[in-house]
Amino acid sequence: MEIQLRDPKEVMKLSRLGSFHQSKLSFLRSFLQEFKNWEYKRDLLDLDENGFGVVIYSFKKKNRIYSLICFANKISDQERSDRVIATKWDAAFTLFDGVPTKQDIERLKQNVPKQEVGRMSFKELTLSRANKSVRIFDYVVECLSKGKQPDKDKLAKVGYLYRTTAVYGSGKFGLADRFRIKNREEIYGPFRLEMMLVYLVRQFTFDQVNHIAKSKNPKKAVKLDPNISRNLGIGNSTGLGMAPFIVNHPLLLNNWIMARETALKQIREIKEVKKKDVDLIISCLQNSKKNIDNWTTESEFQLLKINNLKKDLDLLLQYFLTKFDFEREFSYNDLYIWAKNNLGEECLEFMVSVIMEPYEKITNPLIRTMSADEEKFFTIPIEKTILDLRKVLELKYSDILKIDFKKKENNQNFWFISKNKEEPRLANRFQDEGSDLEQPLAIARDICKLYERISNEKNSLKIGTFLMNNNDLRHVVRRAFITEKFPYAEIQDNTIGSKLMPIDMLRLKLSFFGAVKFDPRSDKWLRICMFQGAPLPTELTTSNDHWVYNSIN
Amino acid sequence: MKSFSEIDTTVKRASKSIGFEWGIAEELGKNIRLLEMFGLAGLKNLNSYFKIYNQKQFQKISLISKINTSNIAYCPIISGTNFLDQVINLEKMDEINFENMAFPLLFLPFVSRSTEIIGKRIFLNIDEKEFLLNFNQSIYSNYLSGDIIDSAKKIKIKFIENKNTFEENEWQELYKLSEGTFVEETEQLKNSAAGAGLTDND
Repeated sequence: MEIQLRDPKEVMKLSRLGSFHQSKLSFLRSFLQEFKNWEYKRDLLDLDENGFGVVIYSFKKKNRIYSLICFANKISDQERSDRVIATKWDAAFTLFDGVPTKQDIERLKQNVPKQEVGRMSFKELTLSRANKSVRIFDYVVECLSKGKQPDKDKLAKVGYLYRTTAVYGSGKFGLADRFRIKNREEIYGPFRLEMMLVYLVRQFTFDQVNHIAKSKNPKKAVKLDPNISRNLGIGNSTGLGMAPFIVNHPLLLNNWIMARETALKQIREIKEVKKKDVDLIISCLQNSKKNIDNWTTESEFQLLKINNLKKDLDLLLQYFLTKFDFEREFSYNDLYIWAKNNLGEECLEFMVSVIMEPYEKITNPLIRTMSADEEKFFTIPIEKTILDLRKVLELKYSDILKIDFKKKENNQNFWFISKNKEEPRLANRFQDEGSDLEQPLAIARDICKLYERISNEKNSLKIGTFLMNNNDLRHVVRRAFITEKFPYAEIQDNTIGSKLMPIDMLRLKLSFFGAVKFDPRSDKWLRICMFQGAPLPTELTTSNDHWVYNSIN
Repeated sequence: MKSFSEIDTTVKRASKSIGFEWGIAEELGKNIRLLEMFGLAGLKNLNSYFKIYNQKQFQKISLISKINTSNIAYCPIISGTNFLDQVINLEKMDEINFENMAFPLLFLPFVSRSTEIIGKRIFLNIDEKEFLLNFNQSIYSNYLSGDIIDSAKKIKIKFIENKNTFEENEWQELYKLSEGTFVEETEQLKNSAAGAGLTDND
């Protein structure tokens, strides 16, 4: 039986994308899989009694070495801010390509803590900073220094000792351009080096608390129990900065979603389902119930989603335990059809993630397809005709063409780049200044304009000739022809309407990163946790890949 | 050193800010990145052009002909965009000439990218400076100074037919040498070494 890929007009709606969860395809999991056989080492720990100083970690295989350099600094509580406009952080990090010399470390000491206003070089691959969790960092130090382990329940409410506020890569602030490293086998999956940075930062947080506790009370202090460490991740605070990324990288977006959709399709096409595979799925579902119970948020929007997920998860488990029929062929397809008719979006997409768990043979080859050579499809196919373009718009954007942009509510917002921080922002077109400097992120509106513009053009007119007088729509002509080839390249929704929930866009990207515990703090920013439950670096070689479902068990 | 990614982003934003449409600004980001990657002074030339862009008038050509002349200097960006968009038709003309173009180095990446579309090399002269544009993979040139070129009296674009740089007899000589790596097959090897069926009728 051949199952069709799901319709992009169903999958690429914002509310659906905002219901995605981590899976075996997520970048932090595929990073751990790739690097599990690399040699991990802490090369330097040079911290004072308060935990300030330099720490270096590395991953090594054959002649390749990646080194994380951590700079821990003293800042006052008043200076600590998660907002991207902050200028000081508890710690700053860079991932260095190779082994840094003393001169490199000295140069980076002057620049890495300054983040956006510092300068990196092509030797550095990624850059980040993080702040201590005020809620638990000092508490953990205090406990350890007194010879006690911290209270697990208290830690579970936070889930991390440090929270990063940005992770930069791909040429930002002078970092190495992607082209310099893109042919390295070990980083074929997207964001591999960003994930490596975050993972090693997590280890730094454990080493730092242990070090401070020991300095405080050398005779009595104990180390943080590895079982507790394992259940701590790294927090992340994410604002609108991430949202335009998925609009600006249509090919990459397509490849991520295509991998996920292909995995689902291939699983639905499994003819004979093995009991051991279903047992694994049921165990992941049962374990994840505990994780979901532990998923706290003050956001009403998210609370509603979590409650629906909890309810639906019971139904899903019930289905697996009582209705799932191994005797029937293609029983995953039956499951999917049932789930589509009986579960909400949040749980449906959760299920899509979980049923991948037993099928490495399906997901592993797909991971290698998730990067993109975007330059290849940048040039507009000028030899095509208006008829070709019209067909693309009518076929690929039919839902978008139904949006009436003359209505104020459909045209309410505009995206702009803040002068202060060079970061994307969203504002009300009818109340706020700056819409004349709008970023080209209102794709749905501009596609509608393009459709209207070509309505009176001859079908035989070449695109190259059409562009002669229509360069104001050049950016969407380019996109339309990308979407023609790559079905999941475009969000099939309005990114400037009054009902827009920008966190849906953030959540989509973060789910592919492998984040859990989405905690919206408003409709424009959220907190998440990464690597919670992940094996520690020393355990990597013997770890299994299902750790994410055991994270608080 | 600025990364190519920073160059792309900043050029795109600067181009929009000076008055180009987003779609053209996107092209410029990629173009200047390309020039800089090939070691040509793209950013320097663009910066100089933008300093005078809104003070002077530039000819914004739409339809490119075999010979294009203007008393007002051609805008290299609009000329380049239209060259890129019309290259399939322009190729039929064999040779295209522009007289009087401002900052002609900014025109170059559009022509380089056109070679990829038509699958042919282009030989481009900016006055006495020569550029061989190879399928957007490389640019071979006698211009190495990295100076700002603020104008060109004449730009000549010549489409080069796809042909080898060598003669048939040179190929044959080399091919003969390459045969030195082949093994003469015995009758037995002819029957057993190929792997294909021994009859073609099954």
